[in-house]
Amino acid sequence: MPNYYIALIPLLPLATFVLLGLFGRKYLTASSGIIGTLSLFISTIISLITAYNYFFITGKVNGIFQPVLALKYTWLQFAPNVSIDLGIMLDPISMMMIVVVTFVSLMVHIFSLGYMKGEERFATYYAFLSLFTFSMLGLVLSSNIFQIYIFWELVGVSSFLLIGYYFEKPSAVAASKKAFIVTRFADLGFLIGILILAYNAETLDFSTLIQRLTDANSPYLINSTAASFFGISALTWGLVLVFLGGAGKSAMFPFHIWLPDAMEGPTPVSALIHAATMVVAGVFLVARLFPIFAFDVAALTVVTYVGAFSALLAAIIACTQTDIKRVLAYSTMSQIGYMMFSLGVSQHGGESGLGYMASMFHLFTHAFFKSLLFLGAGAVIHLVHSNEMKDMGGLRKLMPVTHITFLIACLAIAGIPPFAGFFSKEEILMAAFHSNKIVYFVALFTSGLTAFYMFRLYFAIFWSKESHANADHDEGTLSMKIPLIILAVFSVFAGFAPLSSLVTSDGAAIETHIDIVFSIAPVLLAAGGILLASKLYKSENSKPQSIATSLGGFYTAAHKKFYMDELYLFITNNIIFNMIGNAAAWIDKNIVDGFMNLLATVTAQISNLIKGFQSGKLQLYAVYFFVGVIGFMLLFVYLWN
Amino acid sequence: MNEIGLNQILIVSTILFFIGVYGFLTRRNMITMLMAIELILNSVNINFVAFNKYLYADKLDGTFFTIFIITIAAAEAAVAIAIIIHLYRSLKSIDVDDADMMKF
Repeated sequence: MPNYYIALIPLLPLATFVLLGLFGRKYLTASSGIIGTLSLFISTIISLITAYNYFFITGKVNGIFQPVLALKYTWLQFAPNVSIDLGIMLDPISMMMIVVVTFVSLMVHIFSLGYMKGEERFATYYAFLSLFTFSMLGLVLSSNIFQIYIFWELVGVSSFLLIGYYFEKPSAVAASKKAFIVTRFADLGFLIGILILAYNAETLDFSTLIQRLTDANSPYLINSTAASFFGISALTWGLVLVFLGGAGKSAMFPFHIWLPDAMEGPTPVSALIHAATMVVAGVFLVARLFPIFAFDVAALTVVTYVGAFSALLAAIIACTQTDIKRVLAYSTMSQIGYMMFSLGVSQHGGESGLGYMASMFHLFTHAFFKSLLFLGAGAVIHLVHSNEMKDMGGLRKLMPVTHITFLIACLAIAGIPPFAGFFSKEEILMAAFHSNKIVYFVALFTSGLTAFYMFRLYFAIFWSKESHANADHDEGTLSMKIPLIILAVFSVFAGFAPLSSLVTSDGAAIETHIDIVFSIAPVLLAAGGILLASKLYKSENSKPQSIATSLGGFYTAAHKKFYMDELYLFITNNIIFNMIGNAAAWIDKNIVDGFMNLLATVTAQISNLIKGFQSGKLQLYAVYFFVGVIGFMLLFVYLWN
Repeated sequence: MNEIGLNQILIVSTILFFIGVYGFLTRRNMITMLMAIELILNSVNINFVAFNKYLYADKLDGTFFTIFIITIAAAEAAVAIAIIIHLYRSLKSIDVDDADMMKF
């Protein structure tokens, strides 16, 4: 097979990571950005070629996209038929993901050339970015569930490293720890889920796993649905636990608390990891195992409601935040919620697989406009040196390129036609409408909220009051503007990508059409949200304040993120530390240590007793020896036999 | 008068052995202790020769062992006296009780 070159897509960033990580700080300080960007550029080209080959030349067999195993290497052989492989799997979602990951990562690399210029640990930053890109590409190309877990953790580590990039700041250190611990906690569920699924299906390989657990006649499926624990079948447990891991990475309720804090990292990192790529890993994971999820209604229901609830909750919180990156973080969470419930309302195969396709479509378009939003926010922060809305305002004259591109991204995320977000959101709403009316209305309301809080952000940054920002430099270097413009172009046109014929649940193309009548409600709601935001925030006035006051407790609760952080702190401090931790500490101090101390005391006492024998008197030793010999003699003479 | 038999010789060697042991345990002077050890060795030598003569008259093993022991004893005496001289140089004494630096 001549497609070993595909392995270069993840391996090039890995090589860059090793090179920059080992020699970057000493020898390549100035050129590390260029090296990282160039290597990723090659990687992007290869992934574009690969995706083109797959989608338009080799992938289709009888009109249906088949997964192709491009590379397979048995890594650990446990038993004759159980092994952990490392491989590369090509199928529509992995192809779409490598294009998105390499492309957004490339944009972020270019943007960082200007944004991170002059940082002391510039080379380290690029090394970490390369590590992340490698891990993410490895994740999406994984051919089995254990490999995906390995890369899953690698992604977590690189996210941890990048959030804690400014490790002199205590808040960044705390945020990186929080992100790591919360996602690790969720990953525990993922690992158990993997073990349950692998135990029941006796394989780790995705295609075999899916095949064994979706065939109604297979003994594996019958076994795993028959075995139950707390009245829930093993299959459901496995899937829900796997989803738990996905929810951790994708910042779904109740594991969302790390995402807003993760904004302590450099802004381009937030664009890459915490908006466009890593946080959609959970969606990707569910999509990867979707045929099994589609088979299990209970697990899919969990996905649906967690997604819908997260989307709504995050949108409400986003309306009250004042840190622009946090607003974007909650909006990310909300949009990922969309992708999740869209998967949840979908079914496998044919026209009823609309939700699946819509979710992937939204993932695709969201990556562009959300990374654009973050990079735009990065440019603003670069100029203003603050994350707070109150330090901004009236920036539209100072930074025209950022202004226009940011506006495009806001329109895209609000779902205004013909921008990218409109198309994908329409498909999601359509899928929800046909399957679950409650979810549909939640989604509809959330899309109105989305438009409102995005334009609140937009007006607060670029309009509101007259500019008083310290304009000591202009908008930023060319390397910061170019990614903004490229991403803006994609945010406009990505909606026209023919994903419905490329990325579907069963590989066969489905027909989608924009129903004008259906579109009226969401578009009107979005427009209403925009109008409301412009009334409240376009110029400085006291209306937002009075509305906030009239909402009273609800506003405060939303502003405090519904006290989720406090709840977690309460649980960890009072329940885990006090009750479990203290009890464990008592046992350790008194019982474990006590046993060890007892042994030591007994030994010391015995030594004290017998140390008198060692008198240093030679003749005394001779007496012992003599008595001993006599004793042995008597023993042998009289007691033998 | 009876001929001297094995028993008489063994009695002599036993007496000699216990004189040696007594000397070794009671004397404080290291030279004297060394001499006591020589007595013990000689009692063993007498045993070897006597058993050889009375029990296995046609063999020479006992005699050979005696010659070996005399040789070893000479070498051992040389080493022991060297050690004693060294001790004397550092302790200004050859009293065995003074050499108690190793006690706990």
